[in-house]
Amino acid sequence: MSVLVYIENAEGTFRKSAFEAISYASAIAAKLGKQLVALSIGNVSNDELAKAGQYGATKVLNASGDKLNTPNTQAYSSVIAAAAKAENAEVIVLSASFAGKTIAPRVSIKLDAGLAENVVSLPVMDGAFTVKKGSFSGKAYSIIEMLAGVKVISMMPNSYKVVPSAQSAQVTAFDFIPDAKDFTATVKERVKAGNTISLPEAELVVSAGRGMKGPENWGMIEELAKVLGAATACSKPVSDAGWRPHSEHVGQTGIAISPNLYIAVGISGAIQHLAGVSSSKVIVVVNKDPEAPFFKAADYGIVGDAFEVVPKLIEAAKAFKASQN
Amino acid sequence: MKILVCISSVPDTTAKINFTPDNKEFVSAGVTFILNPYDEIALSKAVDLATTNNGTVTVINVGDPSTDAVIRKALAIGATDAVRINAIPRDSFFVAKQIADYAKKNSFDMILCGRESSDHNGSSVPVMIAELLEIPCILFAKSLTIDGTTATLDSEIEGGKEVITTSMPFVAGASEGMAEWKIPNMRGIMSARTKPLTVVEPIEVAQKVKLVSYDKPILRSAVKMIAVDDASKLFDIIREEKKII
Ligand SMILES: Cc1cc2nc3c(=O)[nH]c(=O)nc-3n(C[C@H](O)[C@H](O)[C@H](O)COP(=O)(O)OP(=O)(O)OC[C@H]3O[C@@H](n4cnc5c(N)ncnc54)[C@H](O)[C@@H]3O)c2cc1C
Repeated sequence: MSVLVYIENAEGTFRKSAFEAISYASAIAAKLGKQLVALSIGNVSNDELAKAGQYGATKVLNASGDKLNTPNTQAYSSVIAAAAKAENAEVIVLSASFAGKTIAPRVSIKLDAGLAENVVSLPVMDGAFTVKKGSFSGKAYSIIEMLAGVKVISMMPNSYKVVPSAQSAQVTAFDFIPDAKDFTATVKERVKAGNTISLPEAELVVSAGRGMKGPENWGMIEELAKVLGAATACSKPVSDAGWRPHSEHVGQTGIAISPNLYIAVGISGAIQHLAGVSSSKVIVVVNKDPEAPFFKAADYGIVGDAFEVVPKLIEAAKAFKASQN
Repeated sequence: MKILVCISSVPDTTAKINFTPDNKEFVSAGVTFILNPYDEIALSKAVDLATTNNGTVTVINVGDPSTDAVIRKALAIGATDAVRINAIPRDSFFVAKQIADYAKKNSFDMILCGRESSDHNGSSVPVMIAELLEIPCILFAKSLTIDGTTATLDSEIEGGKEVITTSMPFVAGASEGMAEWKIPNMRGIMSARTKPLTVVEPIEVAQKVKLVSYDKPILRSAVKMIAVDDASKLFDIIREEKKII
């Protein structure tokens, strides 16, 4: 028996969420007294593969080859299910990344397993196996008991810390060629958006709403984000109006995020917006209206005009960063 | 072109979420249920595709008779007919099994879902249906075009998008951008009353997960206001008090 963790890479480099997933899976494996096996799919260098050991995996399976070097969620699901069977895995952990969300349900069916998505903390294993997952678009949590022998867990990015370990892992090739039917859909092209930091994984997020008046005013939002090393986000009307791409839209119908720090500028704090951001650890709100609902959901508030406050925050962020070095 | 659209009935987006004192059940009294916003995008796209391709749109819902109002709304938006699998959904696997079973018996060119439901947020039903039918699933689909027998979809990924092509049938999970939300007009509302709604009894499905209880996020302590003139201290304050940056 073992615990298997799928570690996702972006163009050959493991995502931060992959290390979170290993750390999380490692805690489960330790509790169960089982071996932790990490599975990487696609073209990843040996140096990179070895990193999996530094977070608790004792064995790293490397599935690569022509057919697997382009991401394909259907084919990857088959590889993960095959590895889970080969390793006799009892718990399979993935990150609830975009790909992870498309892979986990397939894996659960292939393995006749139970599935819990968007899990936010370690399972409680006291005879029963229960997990806590996000529900109602961030307005609540559900506690789920997993009844099946095999359990698939997708964990919410940023919900578990990366924990280095003194282990080193043994890397082995995992040879598996998925069926032709797994390749009915093919990725023709990958297009990068301008922003470099991925929003779901970002620890710091600077977000702005209709209070910014127009897309031409986003320069200062981007600058603040850049100084802090943060990702940028926006409210729904902003992306609907085409001021910002839909990929930046956070909230109930956008992306749900849980960064350490969420700075919201010129956003009213409608319930649908709060739904996707309320699990941020610290929320700072800048709004010129002292009655803006967002202040009720914030840790820190500044009542003021964005055009006056944001330049001050940029200076403050620069000074803060300088004081850290 | 035969399109199946999966719809779910969810608490209104402005609803406050409350549970019974033992946290075991959601309190639905006073809550309006609506068509899941993402499903509405999927449905709008399906109606557009059916109009230009001389097709039909069947909406399917797993639910008890209380969801009929939401089904009628979907018919008013433009679905051709509706199917309700007569069962209270237990989990995503249960729902996916019912829909996949129906889809197997009635072959469709594509199955459109919302990328997630706004109550359970699992994103699992579309993928599970696809796996049960052994066909592709493009979740987080921001656009969908059909050219002959090939579909092209833009799918969201971290930091960008993928352009994916597939033959039919396939499952897609509609995300914002795929279509404009449609508002039912008077004619739609009138005709919705007479469009067929077939009720089908559920199949047996093994249970693999069980909802034990709900929990609410911990309330934040009262907001701490910072004067504009003190904005320069914001990050030091956060560092000192919250130790997160
Ligand atoms: C089904 C459904 C789903 C939805 N999903 C989402 C979602 O996922 N995400 C989302 O964000 N919304 C969502 N919405 C929309 C939501 O209800 C709100 O309309 C939206 O969040 C408002 O965006 P906003 O705060 O940017 O704009 P507004 O409501 O226009 O607020 C702008 C704010 O900026 C402030 N402001 C103006 N000028 C300045 C200035 N110079 N300096 C400082 N502050 C200023 C104003 O005081 C105001 O509070 C959804 C709505 C529906 C019906």
